[in-house]
Amino acid sequence: MLADCDVDAANLYLLLDPVVKSASPFYGLKKATINKEKCLGCNLCLHLCRYDAIRPGFVVDPVLCEGCALCYHACPCGAVEMVDHVAGHLFHSETRYGPLVHARLGIAEDNSGKLVAAVRKEARRLAEEEKKELIITDGPPGIGCPVISCLSGTDLVLVVTEPTFSGKHDLERVLDLAEHFGCRAAVCVNKWDLEPENTRAVESLCNRRRVPVVGHLPYDESAVEAVKRGRPVILECSRTMEKGILALWDQLKVLLN
Amino acid sequence: MLVAVASGKGGTGKTTLASSLALVAAEKGKVIFLDCDVEEPNGHIMLKPRWEKKEAVRVPVPEINQEKCTFCGRCAEICAFHALVVLPQEVLLFPTMCHGCGGCWHLCPAGAISPGWREIGLVEEGSSEGIGFVRGRLNVGEAISPPLIEAVKERCRPGELNILDAPPGTSCPVIRTVKGADFCLLVTEPTPFGLHDLELACEMVASLGVPCGVVVNRSDGDDRLIRQFCQQNNLPLLLQLPHDREVARGYARGIPAVKVRPEWKEYFAALLSFIEEGGCTGARTGGAQREGRHGQDYRLRESGRTGSR
Ligand code: SF4
Ligand code: SF4
Repeated sequence: MLADCDVDAANLYLLLDPVVKSASPFYGLKKATINKEKCLGCNLCLHLCRYDAIRPGFVVDPVLCEGCALCYHACPCGAVEMVDHVAGHLFHSETRYGPLVHARLGIAEDNSGKLVAAVRKEARRLAEEEKKELIITDGPPGIGCPVISCLSGTDLVLVVTEPTFSGKHDLERVLDLAEHFGCRAAVCVNKWDLEPENTRAVESLCNRRRVPVVGHLPYDESAVEAVKRGRPVILECSRTMEKGILALWDQLKVLLN
Repeated sequence: MLVAVASGKGGTGKTTLASSLALVAAEKGKVIFLDCDVEEPNGHIMLKPRWEKKEAVRVPVPEINQEKCTFCGRCAEICAFHALVVLPQEVLLFPTMCHGCGGCWHLCPAGAISPGWREIGLVEEGSSEGIGFVRGRLNVGEAISPPLIEAVKERCRPGELNILDAPPGTSCPVIRTVKGADFCLLVTEPTPFGLHDLELACEMVASLGVPCGVVVNRSDGDDRLIRQFCQQNNLPLLLQLPHDREVARGYARGIPAVKVRPEWKEYFAALLSFIEEGGCTGARTGGAQREGRHGQDYRLRESGRTGSR
């Protein structure tokens, strides 16, 4: 069972060539609109809104409105309506590797954490229905709400990093986050041979934190080419890369048992 | 002037580009680098600033006076973010879910809630080789970064070149960063993923009414995918940086591209003059149709909602 939770920039379907079986709208929080006929122009909402979403003239900026509904509750004339807001779409697809749940967040939308939660919930439901033992979730970058939403209740978080200063810095932040939420983590170093010295630094960091390093993938031109063609790396890569991926998988299986 | 550097996905070389741009700009005038990728800030690795001051950024949260509370449940009912739970004898707050909207303290019938503050991260300021440097750092475990991004953007200096290093993606943190910018550089890679993420990023930027241009990083000479897209959408393709082993190694060690390849400086200088000489207006076509929808508001918003002052 596959779940693409990088809802900002869902890419998994580009690789897996899925057949979309169903699509459903994803509703974010309702957003405010102001009915000008009822509005007396008292300015209360303008003062109360902490997001500066209400512009002079009582027009709500849908990008800034977070849907808190304070104006709706506070308006003395009942002029504010909270209207349904489609923030994205959820898809259920079939690939030759198994079912895939993915999503597309609307342009300039927030709610990515909520959409991640919706993708995961749907993936879980389908996995139970189709008796799939393993859910592989492709997570978003960062440490904010979509990532947090992605970590909760997972058995293992595989953190992929690169042997660069930035990569190491980001890795530490993600490991902190996993620890904060009590998630078990393991690390894979991608393109490890580009800067072996940095790879060693990443390894000792992981050692110190008692996080296992379960994979080392080499820098591989054939992998770059495969990505350019939009093909899964394992299908078109060199022997060394293939070995690296298989070894990673073996290690993961051990951890997951 | 505010120039945002963004990309639909991580790892495209956004920070390398932004830091190189800052270094080149600093040779000509005043420039300030603002790291708005508060979840995983990396700009300091490239520019190595000396820190001068830091300030906690706080957001409002409810403080509940359990003595006055009648446990009526109203606050939990109106909180759209489910940050409050009212038990028979206690009100529980889940602070990281709170958006600080103020609903509960304005609407509690018993007047039992007052606004308090909670720290979500830091804004640090410093400088590096004549470049002003600001970064935001979100505390681990915090879900909501936009207030911190606003606090970083409040440090923009009018009259100087402000380079905003945006977080990856297309959702709220990026929107907060790009909104109000004068120009947005979108960094991409010549792969189907790069193209897909660029499409999303362009739509996002256009919906904000910010003019943009495209930079291809790690080009191997075959950028047809991206070039076609730019032509179809009337977007200027401003720069194609070749894939360069030495630059990649420099990046791995925290050295910006123009320090590894000083001869690249002229590309960045040309890019800067394009933006400064109203490349902005010329490049607006990409988003012109959508421009009116939201965000004609180019000003930096001066709201006090971060409560950092
Ligand atoms: S609305 Fe006020 S009185 Fe009612 S449960 Fe909440 S804090 Fe208590
Ligand atoms: S301030 Fe708003 S988001 Fe926070 S607890 Fe109160 S009602 Fe909920």
